[in-house]
Amino acid sequence: MGDYLRPRGLEEALQALTRPFTVLAGGTDFYPARVGRAVVEDVLDIAGIPALRGISETSAGWRLGATTTWSELVEADLPPMFDGLKQAAREVGGRQIQNAGTIAGNICNASPAADGVPALLALDAEVELACCDGSRRLPLASFITGVRTTARQPGELVVALHVPRSRAEARSAFLKLGARRYLVISIAMASTLVEVEDGKVKAARVAVGACSPVAQRLPALEQALVGATVDAHLGERVAPSHLAPLSPIDDVRGSAGYRSEVALVLLRRLLSKVAT
Amino acid sequence: MKLEFTLNGRAASWQGEPVTRLASALRDDLGVTGTKIGCDAGDCGACTVLLDGRQVCSCLVAMGQIEGRTVETVEGLETGPDAMAALQQSFLDHGAAQCGICTPGMLMAAQELVRRNSKPSRSEVEDFLGGVLCRCTGYGKIVDAVMDVVAPVPATAPAAGGAVGSRIVRVDGPAKVMGRDLFGADAIPRDALWIRVIRSPHARARFELGDLEPLRRRLAAVLTAADVPFNGYGIYPDIKDQPVLAAGQVRYRGEAVVALVGERAEVLAIRDDEVPITWKPEPPLSGVDAATAKDAPLVQADRPGNLLLKGGVKRGDAAAAFDACAAVAEGTFETAFVEHAYIEPEAGWAWRVGDRIEIHATTQTPYMDRDEIANLMRLKPEAVRIVPTACGGGFGGKLDLSVQPLLAIAAWTLGRPVALVYTRPESMAASTKRHPARVSARFGCDAEGKLMACDVTALFDTGAYASWGPTVANRVPVHAMGPYAIPNVRTWGEAFFTNGPPAGAFRGFGVPQAAIAHEAMMDELADRLAIDRLEFRHRNALRAGDTTATGQTLAHSAGLAQCLEALRPHWRRAHEEIAAFNATGGARRRGIGIGCMWYGIGNTSMSNPSRMRVGLSPAGTLTLYSGALDIGQGSNTIMVQIAADAVGLPVEQFKLVTGDTDLTADAGKTSASRQTFVSGKAAEKAGQDLRQQILRLANAGPDAVLSLEGATLSVRDGAEVRTIDLATSGPLMGEGTFDPPTTPLDADGQGVPYATYAFAAQLAEVEVDVELGTVKVLRIVAAHDVGRAINPTLVEGQIQGGVAQGLGLALMEEYLPGRTENLHDYLIPTVGDVPEIECLLIEDREPLGPSGAKGIGEPALVPTAPAILGAVHHATGVRVHRVPLLPHRLREAIVALERNRT
Repeated sequence: MGDYLRPRGLEEALQALTRPFTVLAGGTDFYPARVGRAVVEDVLDIAGIPALRGISETSAGWRLGATTTWSELVEADLPPMFDGLKQAAREVGGRQIQNAGTIAGNICNASPAADGVPALLALDAEVELACCDGSRRLPLASFITGVRTTARQPGELVVALHVPRSRAEARSAFLKLGARRYLVISIAMASTLVEVEDGKVKAARVAVGACSPVAQRLPALEQALVGATVDAHLGERVAPSHLAPLSPIDDVRGSAGYRSEVALVLLRRLLSKVAT
Repeated sequence: MKLEFTLNGRAASWQGEPVTRLASALRDDLGVTGTKIGCDAGDCGACTVLLDGRQVCSCLVAMGQIEGRTVETVEGLETGPDAMAALQQSFLDHGAAQCGICTPGMLMAAQELVRRNSKPSRSEVEDFLGGVLCRCTGYGKIVDAVMDVVAPVPATAPAAGGAVGSRIVRVDGPAKVMGRDLFGADAIPRDALWIRVIRSPHARARFELGDLEPLRRRLAAVLTAADVPFNGYGIYPDIKDQPVLAAGQVRYRGEAVVALVGERAEVLAIRDDEVPITWKPEPPLSGVDAATAKDAPLVQADRPGNLLLKGGVKRGDAAAAFDACAAVAEGTFETAFVEHAYIEPEAGWAWRVGDRIEIHATTQTPYMDRDEIANLMRLKPEAVRIVPTACGGGFGGKLDLSVQPLLAIAAWTLGRPVALVYTRPESMAASTKRHPARVSARFGCDAEGKLMACDVTALFDTGAYASWGPTVANRVPVHAMGPYAIPNVRTWGEAFFTNGPPAGAFRGFGVPQAAIAHEAMMDELADRLAIDRLEFRHRNALRAGDTTATGQTLAHSAGLAQCLEALRPHWRRAHEEIAAFNATGGARRRGIGIGCMWYGIGNTSMSNPSRMRVGLSPAGTLTLYSGALDIGQGSNTIMVQIAADAVGLPVEQFKLVTGDTDLTADAGKTSASRQTFVSGKAAEKAGQDLRQQILRLANAGPDAVLSLEGATLSVRDGAEVRTIDLATSGPLMGEGTFDPPTTPLDADGQGVPYATYAFAAQLAEVEVDVELGTVKVLRIVAAHDVGRAINPTLVEGQIQGGVAQGLGLALMEEYLPGRTENLHDYLIPTVGDVPEIECLLIEDREPLGPSGAKGIGEPALVPTAPAILGAVHHATGVRVHRVPLLPHRLREAIVALERNRT
């Protein structure tokens, strides 16, 4: 049995991380990876650090504390630009997982099918990492580097995600496809945030998950949406060529070809949904 | 670490390793075992508790996070000593608990909701219960129980003689909704040693064990094949082909190789790679084609061609009759390995009591376990006592031995209690599965739509060991023509060994696979002749007086036509609604389908007797001694109902002793939908026997009315009342035995394989998203001829649960060794996937059965997948030849169909 540290302060946690620890927060990825065997590694439990929890508004936007749970996010008073993330939050596992699982845990676990990631990409979220020597921020797209790998260095802790304020009226939405209604790993999912001015798309961000090792933004589609009228036809702007950043695979949940096809369908529906 | 928190309103303290899971601390250290563990991975929700008022999976919470917080478990729901909360009462009254293993988690998930909103909507209930899996109920009665929490349904308490047919609550229900029922892992002695099994990571390999002495010095024992007195078991007396521990070679991934026995923490701390095993993997045989290929290696050396069994039914001249048919349909249909996914993993403990071994474990079949353990241990059957725990779901998967042999071997030699609880991945890897099937069917009819000929060949992958493979291969040819009168029939079944998991018994014994084929053929023939699909089936339905393909004339109780007639108004309404919906266009298209089935109750052409006893003690205690195991289906309750009416005393006066092989007689196994029909008849006879004894003592006539007060039994015969003082008259014991009359099948499959058959027809309405390939089942209407519903609530529960499993078979369930060995990759339906299921009970009495009853367990599942697949065809034009119909498979089929049309 290894050590178990449960600091109350961030400094204490960062001090501890000068040697290797497995970080534990909501436990929803930690324990499933340890079924039927003893836990032997040293564990740093960050769930008791008040500074890491909760959502606050800043001059630049919003700070989502690392250990904010999905349920806390859903219940937070946030503008419509967060609707997509809230919709995604309601699709993470079952309600038990939403009550325990944390936003930072979702990105650090770095599953290709992490339900939170497409919506956070659409929000242009930045990841704040801290270590004893200071802190740094990097875009979420740079933070997740591959299947279950991130840019987090030994000694670093994700302390928050930062979501910038949008320049215009912003709407967002999320769609997930799975083979059953609840508690299901996504076959494909998509999220978007559209900034609207005078009934037209001023800017858009669109991301697709579970169709590549890391969820991907679709820059060509985002460009193609600019200037479009925001109505039920918005989805018609989606073209197969926009999916170029995706690299879906065959697995038990679906074939690669199927994923490409349904990503297109989800995107069309998503954009129609966000526009109406 | 030592910490304080609030548990169910009281201060609690706990000491231990902070990384301990809350679920384990509750169960192992704090003695509250109402919280169940189904997966330890947050996939099933059985361990759901409230943490500061919110539902969480207690298997995912570190005790280090509990200091100062508030934990509520099922034990905390009670409003006073033995006083159920409204939610618990509502679950009990609605029949929302079947096996009861998910019930505590369901209750806690629901509690979070009803505390916020006592009148929740259906969709709110689904959202809150979405994270708790139930494999028994199909969720309908659970959702109703939560929605009706403030509007209790009145309890049913029938008078003496009125129990059969009434909706009494389960006799074991209060224990289940109060979290007090004890399952396989719930009452393990604190001083027990634990077993951890090292299993094969290869589907086919030879292996050598290295030096085990270092491990033996650390542990109480390290068991290998050499420690098993007789290292072979299996369902059939002449096929003991499965080793308890593999000897030098493994035949499937997950096969047990070495058992570590020691203190729990010690065996858990040993890594698999610390056990010295040198593997020499060989290419595995995967699927029937590989097993039957020329020069295929043999899975079992004494099974040439990898063939387990073949056989069939032949009547008339099918080949010639096809020539005269106006329409002929044919097709081949394939199914996958399907996992039972009971929420309770295999678990139990054993100890040696003198020269006897006593095993407390979850099972469906205590007497078969007893005899198998005796054979493995080289003991007399009387030296083995099986004490079944509550069974958290079985569905056929707990008919085979699991934890029992290793428990017996270890406890016999170590002289201490020994426990074994499978993990979820272990349960899935080690246990039996539904047989993958390839069913090739050809059916022909005349111009009026009268079926004239059928030819069906079913090939089954029976996996590495025989298990119940012969049962499947025997049963399917009898059923493969469907519940229809067909004069010319040839059906054939063959089962082959492969390096897949052992395929065994799973609700329906191969008949659900065959039904997918024969029902697709019915649809094709009906469509071809432009006859309504329901009317086509009605025209051909087996009816009383008809002769089956095995030459058996059905004298009574063949209610398929009545089932179809009951569905007819629903069928017509749905057609109109669907046409209107589809006329609006769009990516979503609706369809309706229908599935029919018949199912022989009990063993195929083999004796399967049940014996039951009803005792009346000198103190006036009335006890039903029932060896029939209730695995959630409700046999405990209906046996009491049947016995109560047979004696003529009310249900409330009965005590129930069940399962223990020392205390009850052999009532056979809980399988083949046989308990109501076979054991129920034995219970009826036992009750009648006791009544006869009482009437003789009182010298009273057959219509006398009994009443029991303390040790005084009053017998009112007309105006005269005689009393019997039981203290002086001595104990009374009524006994009843029933073995359904069958005959062996000859080489052409002719004979009487079953004494009676259940019949059913179900319709399914679905909505297909043609762009995504997803199928949402909107509604199921299920009409079942059950002979007589002893307890309609329980019958509905069986139907709804069977439908949910049929839906899973059709749309999502596929076990792939090494790939879907957990409950997030292997998908079973959640509360959001199972639609409203309306049950129509047809009661075409079977004279042989108790009060006319037959069986319902397996029949409930069989028609569902065919109905759903027929509805998909109706919606899209796609004829499905492979299940599960995963979204990508349906989408690919839709694309192919569109391509062919253009």
